[in-house]
Amino acid sequence: MKNLFKLFSIIIIILVSNSYSFAAEKAEYLKTDWSFKGLFGKFDRASLQRGYQVYTEVCASCHSMKYLSYRNLAEPGGPEFSEAQAKAIAASFEVTDGPNSDGEMFTRPGKLSDKFVMPYDNVKAAQAANGGAYPPDMSVLVKARGGGVDYIYSLLQGYDEAPVGVTLDDGVYYNKYMYGNKIRMAAPLSDGLVEYGDGTNATLEQMSKDVTTFLMWSAEPHLEARHQMGFKAIVYLIILTVLVYFSMKKIWSRVESEV
Amino acid sequence: MQTQLKLDKEKMSDHDYRPKSKVGQWFNDRLPLLTLANHLTDYPTPKNLNYWWTFGGILTFCLITQIVTGLTLAMHYIAHADMAFESVEHIMRDVNYGWLIRYIHANGASMFFLAVYIHIFRSLFYGSYKSPREIIWILGIIIYLLMMAAAFMGYVLPWGQMSFWGATVITNLFSAIPLVGEGIVTWLWGGYSVDNPTLTRFFTLHYLIPFLILGLVVLHIWALHVPGNNNPVGIDIKKPSKDTVPFHPYIVIKDGFALLMFMIVFAFFVFYAPNILGHADNYIEANPMVTPAHIVPEWYLLPFYAILRSVPDKLLGVVAMLSAILILAVLPWLDTSKIRSAVFRPLYKQFYWILVADVLILGYVGAMPAEGLYLLIARVATAYYFLHFLVILPVLGFKEKTLPVPLSITEPVLGGSPNLAAARNKESKIE
Repeated sequence: MKNLFKLFSIIIIILVSNSYSFAAEKAEYLKTDWSFKGLFGKFDRASLQRGYQVYTEVCASCHSMKYLSYRNLAEPGGPEFSEAQAKAIAASFEVTDGPNSDGEMFTRPGKLSDKFVMPYDNVKAAQAANGGAYPPDMSVLVKARGGGVDYIYSLLQGYDEAPVGVTLDDGVYYNKYMYGNKIRMAAPLSDGLVEYGDGTNATLEQMSKDVTTFLMWSAEPHLEARHQMGFKAIVYLIILTVLVYFSMKKIWSRVESEV
Repeated sequence: MQTQLKLDKEKMSDHDYRPKSKVGQWFNDRLPLLTLANHLTDYPTPKNLNYWWTFGGILTFCLITQIVTGLTLAMHYIAHADMAFESVEHIMRDVNYGWLIRYIHANGASMFFLAVYIHIFRSLFYGSYKSPREIIWILGIIIYLLMMAAAFMGYVLPWGQMSFWGATVITNLFSAIPLVGEGIVTWLWGGYSVDNPTLTRFFTLHYLIPFLILGLVVLHIWALHVPGNNNPVGIDIKKPSKDTVPFHPYIVIKDGFALLMFMIVFAFFVFYAPNILGHADNYIEANPMVTPAHIVPEWYLLPFYAILRSVPDKLLGVVAMLSAILILAVLPWLDTSKIRSAVFRPLYKQFYWILVADVLILGYVGAMPAEGLYLLIARVATAYYFLHFLVILPVLGFKEKTLPVPLSITEPVLGGSPNLAAARNKESKIE
């Protein structure tokens, strides 16, 4: 038994330390309390709704979210807008549909089943509008960056004057947390840039936290379900393991008497 | 309790098995499946097997899990360069419990390799590869090779950045072959770069290989059941005898207990750290125009990746990497010692742990950039890896003074050696 515990603890240490070694090379990120971390982690509903507001009013002018649909906004485990609210959000976008029976494309108000409308028609158009840099799709952005939420949260607040000796080309900005410290995106957020409906003070820090929470949800829309199921599964497995352990002891006691 | 034990003992001979029911007899005379089932339940197993021996059962579980989740994923996945990444996101978002199935499959690969490495190193410690178990061992090495091929191709399927560039790096290795190398690479790709034809053929092969593995696992177990299990003491034992217990219920319940412990670790990764073993870049869709800063394989291939990069010449690097795996196949003939278990080989035991450390070091430097100190460490570790198998093992068999080996599992060794306590493994008693 003791050896078995040793074995499993060694396994976990090796696996976890191995994966951390990849991330170890980056600067220390800013830290904040994420409500979705931990065994029972859940999203902060209000923060998700505010985060959506920041996304749609600021980020969405350049960044697409092509894997999300408007219906997701009303689904459990997400921002949980009411269905009426989500419908209203969808309807505020113009969606190209068609071809109709005349063979013509037409526009109509968005529906819940529509994917998030993209800011640009294609990658080339996006690059042309952004000085050659392509604003990445944000659907899974949090999972596509080594530092995850901490990285995004830090990056949004990491804009600074370039230190002496660092020269920046036109349209390039200095960011403490960016790989190589040079970023093509101008500082997207500043204090009071949006006006939150729920009266929360829209500081840079608050907006960064809200929009990062929103991005975490968009990358892992089933995170809450996963945490809930995981807890149940592991409790179930532990109980079963204990039962099987005692059954094993009982069965092996027959042999034990002989050894 | 005593009567139960007697019953177990009586059942242990499967030569004259005859089903009780008429229907059973009729069926069994035509297809002796019931005899096979009887053999599997009564299979005499050394009773001193410790928990390192439970990984065979765990690996069977891993294989079945991968096949079942893989089949389910294949129902929703689209093997096309333009749609693969999106279809994986579709699985993660819109398929009912798709996220669960995919995370089990992705982390299942890591769990599979974790278990297979423990299984292999158990064999190395207790000399399970030695006569008369060479065929079991070689079949195991073939299974391991196929596992690596399956895992590599599986990692390509989501068509993320690491998928694409990993596939490019690994397939490019074949270009090191003189004269025909370039042609082979073009043939493998189905074009002049990794692209849609590469993806579709990788998907096909990724689907095929698990079933090849399944067939080989049957042979692996069949070959095991001819001489029977090795054991921590490493001596031949009479089967059945008081040194053995029937597979069912004794080993079934013990394997079951170990499997449940393993599943708790597995569940922790699936539910609470599903992406920790993967690389963030694989959540960026494949882009042939952008090369990632570091191209690294999955953790379980890192030691071989380190060996590959430690050799300055491309062709020789590929040869070294392949040799590192294939050398295992001839291990039964490289190890000249007649004693199986490291428990009775004081010197080998030390070299064994050095080898374990060596492989872990190789894994570590495999994840680091191949430059400076890392490269130097990789070279030393690579050299030592081959030194272990080609020089130390053959020489050790002749030079080493081994400890006295007990005559049977139940009877203590004559002339009490200090290692006796270790030989009579504590685990067999399940304190």
